[in-house]
Amino acid sequence: MKRLLTTASLLVAMAVPAYADGTKIGVITTLSGPAGYLGEQIRDGLMLGLDASGAPYELVVEDDGRDPNTGVQVADRMLNEEGIKVMTGIVFSNVSGAVVPEALDAGAIYVSPNAAPSPLAGEKCNPNYFVVSWQNDSLHEASGAAAKKLGYKTAVALAPNYQAGKDAIAGFSREFGGEVTEIYTGVEQSDFASEMAQIRDKAPEVVFQFHPGGQGIAFLKQYQQAGHLGTIPMVLSEPSYDAVILKAVGPAAIGVTGTTHWNSDFDNESSKALVAAWAAAHPDVPLTTYAQQAYDTGLLIGSALNKAGGDGDMAALQAAMKAADFASSRGSFAFGANQHPVQDWYLTAIEADEAGNPKIVTKEKIREAVGDVYAANCKM
Amino acid sequence: MILLFEQLLNGLQYGVTLFLLAAGLTLIFGIMGVINLAHGALYMVGAFAASWVAIQTGSFWGGLLTGLVASGIAGIVVELGVMRRLYARDHLDQVLATFALILIFNQTTVLIFGRQPLFTSTPEVLSGSIEILPGLPYPTYRLFVIAVGLAVAIGLYFLINKTRVGMLVRAGASNRQMVRALGVNIQGLYTAVFGLGALLAGLAGVMASPIVSVQVGMGDEIILATFVVVVIGGVGSVKGAFVAAIALGMFDTMLRAFLPATLQQVMPGPEAQALGVGISSMGIYLMMALVLLVRPRGLFAGRG
Repeated sequence: MKRLLTTASLLVAMAVPAYADGTKIGVITTLSGPAGYLGEQIRDGLMLGLDASGAPYELVVEDDGRDPNTGVQVADRMLNEEGIKVMTGIVFSNVSGAVVPEALDAGAIYVSPNAAPSPLAGEKCNPNYFVVSWQNDSLHEASGAAAKKLGYKTAVALAPNYQAGKDAIAGFSREFGGEVTEIYTGVEQSDFASEMAQIRDKAPEVVFQFHPGGQGIAFLKQYQQAGHLGTIPMVLSEPSYDAVILKAVGPAAIGVTGTTHWNSDFDNESSKALVAAWAAAHPDVPLTTYAQQAYDTGLLIGSALNKAGGDGDMAALQAAMKAADFASSRGSFAFGANQHPVQDWYLTAIEADEAGNPKIVTKEKIREAVGDVYAANCKM
Repeated sequence: MILLFEQLLNGLQYGVTLFLLAAGLTLIFGIMGVINLAHGALYMVGAFAASWVAIQTGSFWGGLLTGLVASGIAGIVVELGVMRRLYARDHLDQVLATFALILIFNQTTVLIFGRQPLFTSTPEVLSGSIEILPGLPYPTYRLFVIAVGLAVAIGLYFLINKTRVGMLVRAGASNRQMVRALGVNIQGLYTAVFGLGALLAGLAGVMASPIVSVQVGMGDEIILATFVVVVIGGVGSVKGAFVAAIALGMFDTMLRAFLPATLQQVMPGPEAQALGVGISSMGIYLMMALVLLVRPRGLFAGRG
């Protein structure tokens, strides 16, 4: 019922844009299935960011169902029938791998609030393709660096068998340097009993796993049920322990180490503004890094629209985006040669709050001003 | 060795889940001659009802009860409203009607619960793990699922072999016309068997709900494997369904667990995984083809 109401209110919100003559922004994102909350976080964070930038806009939001074919169909409609020239929103790399080239071929600008698969970061980089979140590998390089820093020598790394999963294990292994056993899981898998048995058999010093959304919830719960929690330490990248996952998993997550590019306890004006705006708009929903990335995406798109005066002059809009002239909620932010972020990474701990529930606490900076390894292959 | 044992337990757990679904399906198929594609939808009804109540009240046991009641009622309503009109029709009409039921159940669930999956916890007493062998703690909840499945198997054995209702069920499975000719209230028997089948499917859904994510379409994935179980076991035979479900659960889990790792010895990670998963998902169908070659009516065919 609540869901029906939100959908209805969203429809109303879309039918009556904040500004009648705002620039249309196409948002293709995943709103259904176990990962459906990721798309909601991105949609809501994006709106807060655009609102904060003050640029007139009109959002056209559509669900891709985590399916590349659906994504391409929606993109076709947005590009050819609705005349949309600025797109964003995609959660999953398999969808972005199909949709982004489509959008770029049509001359549109695509700004990624999340997925950043390796092919698009290297040789296939494009002046109209910007990534505000991170490159997929660098998310997991931070976890590899953390596991190495904590002194572990052997690891089991688990990830779903698709582009982002492969990027995850590659990124982790690159910085970890120790012995890694790779296990690939199914993209829709939610029963990990077989993997738990394999972890027990390997008895590694540390487990690294990348399972965003509902999969991550199932994985952490089953990790505890299998008796691994407290016996084999786990290091996670930020998509595997977002605030929604922690809320669903509960105390089973306490004691896990994580790495992130942003956390809600960051001490800067932009981050504080985001935390306050989110608490006012969505008091019952935890704020995750997905929403933060989308917030920064909204700030960037908004700043560029303000500078270029809408999407009439695409060259001016592209130049304004490239300038990255916005106050990122993560503190320092710059684009590298492939228009992916150059940023800092932090080690976090999951600790118990006063009520005994897990909360993410930032500990220390583990990597400073790093981009990604694919930037070198990008010739623009 | 411990790894093998743990994977066997995982296989057993998958097997009993398949059995709960297949027992009802094989009875419905064998006794009424109806192909019920919507059996998976009843599994979903059980899972959703149980999860929703568990989330609202915090009680797994309340959810368990609600899930059973909801799926049982859904089964009886479907029997009275739809199935009853299909017994005399041919299989194509039945497939069409029960496929429509899948769509109706799925869309109704979307309307009520939305597309987001529900997440529930295992009950407090079953949330830990038990050290069944030195160095092998196994989740208590999964042991509970295995125990419930085996208990249901024993209960069904007594119901079918030792009671009057069971006698009618057996008679119905081997010769429907004769039972009708002897003046048995076949309508009442049909409704009871369908309701029981739905209840068991609902139980499977309730049991699975704290382990997997409860979402629309969850029944469609598992129903294919269930049909394979029914065909291998022999239509109408609960004993056959039990043997086939456990064998298939074990076989499937073993393939998934060991094939990719074995292939990884000779080829790169993701490719080995893709090939391993591909072959292991074909595995149960290959097994079905082999069984049908040797025994075209399945292992324990009921009807003469």
